Amino acid sequence: MIRAHVLICGGTGCTSSGSKKIQEAFEQNIAAAGLEEEVKLVQTGCFGLCALGPVVIVYPDGTFYSRVTTDDVKEIVEEHLLKGRPVERLVYSDTGAEEVVEAASVSLNDTAFYKSQNRVVLRNCGVIDPENIDEYIAMDGYAALGKVLTEMKPEDVIQTVLDSGLRGRGGGGFPTGLKWKFCAPNKAAQKYVVCNADEGDPGAFMDRSVLEGDPHCIIEAMAIAGYAVGATKGYVYVRAEYPIAVARLQKAIDQANEYGLLGKDIFGSGFDFDLQIRLGAGAFVCGEETALMTSIEGNRGEPRPRPPFPAVKGLYNSPTVENNVETFANIPQIILKGADWFKTMGTEKAPGTKVFALGGKIEHTGLVEISMGTTLRHIIEDIGGGIPNGKKFKAAQTGGPSGGCIPESLIDTEVDFDNLTAIGCMMGSGGLIVMDEDNCMVDMAKFFLEFTVDESCGKCTPCRVGTKRLLEMLDKITEGKATLEDLDKLEELCYYIKQNSLCGLGQTAPNPVLATLKFFRDEYVAHVVDKKCPAGVCKDLLTFVIDKDKCIGCGLCARNCPVGAIEKTDYIAPGHKLASYNIDTTKCIKCGVCIGNCKFKAISKV
Amino acid sequence: MKSLAELQAIKDKMKDKVVIREGASSTRVVVGMATCGIAAGARPVLGAFVEAVNEGGLAQSVTVSQTGCVGLCQYEPIVEVYEAGKDKVTYVKMTADKAKEVVEKHLKGGKVVTEYTVANCE
Repeated sequence: MIRAHVLICGGTGCTSSGSKKIQEAFEQNIAAAGLEEEVKLVQTGCFGLCALGPVVIVYPDGTFYSRVTTDDVKEIVEEHLLKGRPVERLVYSDTGAEEVVEAASVSLNDTAFYKSQNRVVLRNCGVIDPENIDEYIAMDGYAALGKVLTEMKPEDVIQTVLDSGLRGRGGGGFPTGLKWKFCAPNKAAQKYVVCNADEGDPGAFMDRSVLEGDPHCIIEAMAIAGYAVGATKGYVYVRAEYPIAVARLQKAIDQANEYGLLGKDIFGSGFDFDLQIRLGAGAFVCGEETALMTSIEGNRGEPRPRPPFPAVKGLYNSPTVENNVETFANIPQIILKGADWFKTMGTEKAPGTKVFALGGKIEHTGLVEISMGTTLRHIIEDIGGGIPNGKKFKAAQTGGPSGGCIPESLIDTEVDFDNLTAIGCMMGSGGLIVMDEDNCMVDMAKFFLEFTVDESCGKCTPCRVGTKRLLEMLDKITEGKATLEDLDKLEELCYYIKQNSLCGLGQTAPNPVLATLKFFRDEYVAHVVDKKCPAGVCKDLLTFVIDKDKCIGCGLCARNCPVGAIEKTDYIAPGHKLASYNIDTTKCIKCGVCIGNCKFKAISKV
Repeated sequence: MKSLAELQAIKDKMKDKVVIREGASSTRVVVGMATCGIAAGARPVLGAFVEAVNEGGLAQSVTVSQTGCVGLCQYEPIVEVYEAGKDKVTYVKMTADKAKEVVEKHLKGGKVVTEYTVANCE
């Protein structure tokens, strides 16, 4: 009889930090201890605390082990599973409490990271085995589909989603119910439901985690959408770069077909729904809805002008509903618990929760789900654990290459679609990159522009040529060759691209530049006028110097310099025995190796 | 899947198997599993509790887990039952048969099996 469950994270983050080997080690050690009959091993989806992976949770206690190595497994099995003594040195203990009263009771729900999260979309991630449909059913899975097919009319379903106020989580924030309502009355021989899982923003991995941790909820939601709008075919468009997500989703689709939860006459209602996966080849533009559908049709992924909107003329010119993974993940819960329940969370104009992928200069890199309207400060300082190494917060970047940044002065902004748009930023799909004083905002804007230049599909000129010119201007600024006049031209070109591009990619591509210009114009000015990079990032504007009075003459820097740019001088600083060193700036390539080697902090960037 | 009843049947069958992951329930049965407890035969006691709780349909309301040495090694195997709003009950010198009896009378019937408690131990 099973008395304990060992949950091992099998998300992409923990898999790359070795969770597969941990799982094998558990299998061996549990067998060696003769506990196979008593302990069950479960591979789950992402728990969210990716920075602390591989993550292992032992139930019923809920003990949360972080950074487990294969060498630790034997100890966990022998001490915890056999004798009931949690291995305290491995227990993640950031509870936010003054002191841990009883170490054995440190469960993940007590940690500062999880405590103030509100997990709706991620409710099953890290709880169930995503490859086992029965476990999903045990967590009320497919009950919403059953309810819809046996008790509700299609228009009731649409009304419920409308009433809930759910808005598209892919970044646009368009009301989901409205999208469905537009599609439903359009007559066609075949209509489609499409799930956009082409998550392309650098640093964003919300949708991947949902697909990896709870693939059945997407299947269920898409079938519900199909019933609501009268579509019998669905496609999930997912990037080929997400192999684990693709494999689990395919397995889930196969299981659902086997159980008759997909296919013909579901729940004896006469409703048929067929679902297939289409792999994206990694073009960012295919996350744009019309380009995505063009790609599913087998053509080169390029957007087309709207209107007609997909609800009228979408995939194969048929009426199509397209929603993002996270949007779909909300649907079964809304059906089961009702629109009013959904509206108890979040803000008036943006009910519900939002999943964010926390990255950059933050203690807890990972996945968090918070109610809409939570302040950025709470997300970064309390849940995210703040900035490492005592550095100062500078800005948070949201929305990836389409988004903007939020400076420190606006850190108390309550996060929702409208508030972020109001301050010239955008919610985006949920990537949240934290930057500290060591990040140069011009360099950040340049990074995203490089990305959009690479990813522009080339169909329309404002985007294809415009973004390239923008990048060249930014290059000029970071090289110290720009004038103040260039800053005005930069801004003008940004607005031109925004107004004239065909699709969302081009229309939002200048956002990182505009946002940084708005909030960090002084940094641009410093690059242009003073020819200095205040954060010490832009290489062309830096000079590496050795403070001759701090240098003790050990020569470590000179020995490690890859280009031999550091030489001994004649000067011996007072109190030192050896002559100090000097950097020949004409030879220096500004790689920074010398700074890393100097133990006396005698080298600096100016 | 042709009916909601079929779905419900799978859910009922699975619910007890995943409920363990919802964390500790209001009632907790804790078996002392330090060296002293194991030496005195705590493992079969633990097994008996898990089995009886599941078979008795109590999986959703009772959590069975382990703990270390309680400090009364001569009375092992020791089992403590925590119920919300009630005093902790400590059973000593437990066996698998006694465990089944405790599940039946105490956890299901609500009556403490006083003859096995620490208070009645010589």
